[in-house]
Amino acid sequence: MKVKPKHQRLVLVVLAAAAMIGAVLLAMWGLQDRAAYFVTPSDIAAGKAAPDKAMRLGGMVEKGSLKRDPDGVTVRFTVSDGKSETPVVFRGITPDLFKEGSGVVAEGRLDPNGLFVADNILAKHDERYMPPQMANEVAAR
Amino acid sequence: MHGYANPTRFLKIARPATAWLFGIGLLLLVAGAWGGLTMTPPDYLQGDTVRILYIHVPAAWLGMAGWASIAAASISQLVWRHPLAAVAGRAIAPAGATFAALCLATGSIWGRPTWGTWWEWDGRLTSMLILFFLYLGYIALASAERERGGDGRMAALFGVVGAINLPIIHYSVLWWRTLHQGQSISIAQGSSIAPELLWPLPLTMLGFTALFAAVALMRMRAELARQKVEARLRRSMAE
Repeated sequence: MKVKPKHQRLVLVVLAAAAMIGAVLLAMWGLQDRAAYFVTPSDIAAGKAAPDKAMRLGGMVEKGSLKRDPDGVTVRFTVSDGKSETPVVFRGITPDLFKEGSGVVAEGRLDPNGLFVADNILAKHDERYMPPQMANEVAAR
Repeated sequence: MHGYANPTRFLKIARPATAWLFGIGLLLLVAGAWGGLTMTPPDYLQGDTVRILYIHVPAAWLGMAGWASIAAASISQLVWRHPLAAVAGRAIAPAGATFAALCLATGSIWGRPTWGTWWEWDGRLTSMLILFFLYLGYIALASAERERGGDGRMAALFGVVGAINLPIIHYSVLWWRTLHQGQSISIAQGSSIAPELLWPLPLTMLGFTALFAAVALMRMRAELARQKVEARLRRSMAE
């Protein structure tokens, strides 16, 4: 049977695309843990994060946990992912959006006692956008 | 599509379409920008910083849609040898690169007050930066090939392979833990952006898209005119 060159090329392109998608899916799957931008308190509780290694810790600032030391620049709070918690200490200026009940990514290292010593704090924004009045209504409910 | 393989027939449509798209795009953009800057309320957390979204989201969309169009043109060139495909790919690339850069710049400006950083190597930001570099690579490859008189097949292969990055950008916030927030608008779950903040976004999205199409058509016409001049010069040299 004679195959038209046009169809032959089409089959080649489709095969190449399938091979590429397969390769990417495999790579993604392999990268899943390594490409994560931060670790969670659950990872630390499970012993997946070694102490004294530079890493980022992500989660929610637990409500009622945020405390400021008398020196005025040291903050202590607990990061939670709903299952586990990690205490964090940070000395410096926090971003405007950093507050209790919102997302945070802390850069730093875990000390041997399980306290996360952060040298930088990033506020993580979630995907909700709303005007202030509406936020008040949501909070009131 | 092969009906438009004939440049004369293509130009007959492209010429008025350029003007229309340009006019409509500008109109929508002005309306969207006016609404986004003066009529929408500020966000409860970000305040007025949220308004950058009306540029950032269309820029991200066009950066990705631009490469998707390059990939489609590349496939139609490789498989069907469509004569306008290489022209289309080369015409789209600089516009796509501009919007990818705009997306990175506006994202960075938004990230400083919101996250507290200009740049972080998280999955979404890194994959978008790679898209920008892919554009630069495509532009360099396509123009080098054109100068050497090639038919643009190398650039077309690059255009198809580069499309791999598009699903990575889109799903990066789902697959990996990233600093960038998850998607706000989806077909399945609707929008988590309040309607009074959302409405200018479709206006600027459509406006930028129409402008993008107008620029791409304009560049295609310029390229076809250049090819015509070159062919005529060659003929007059031969005589």
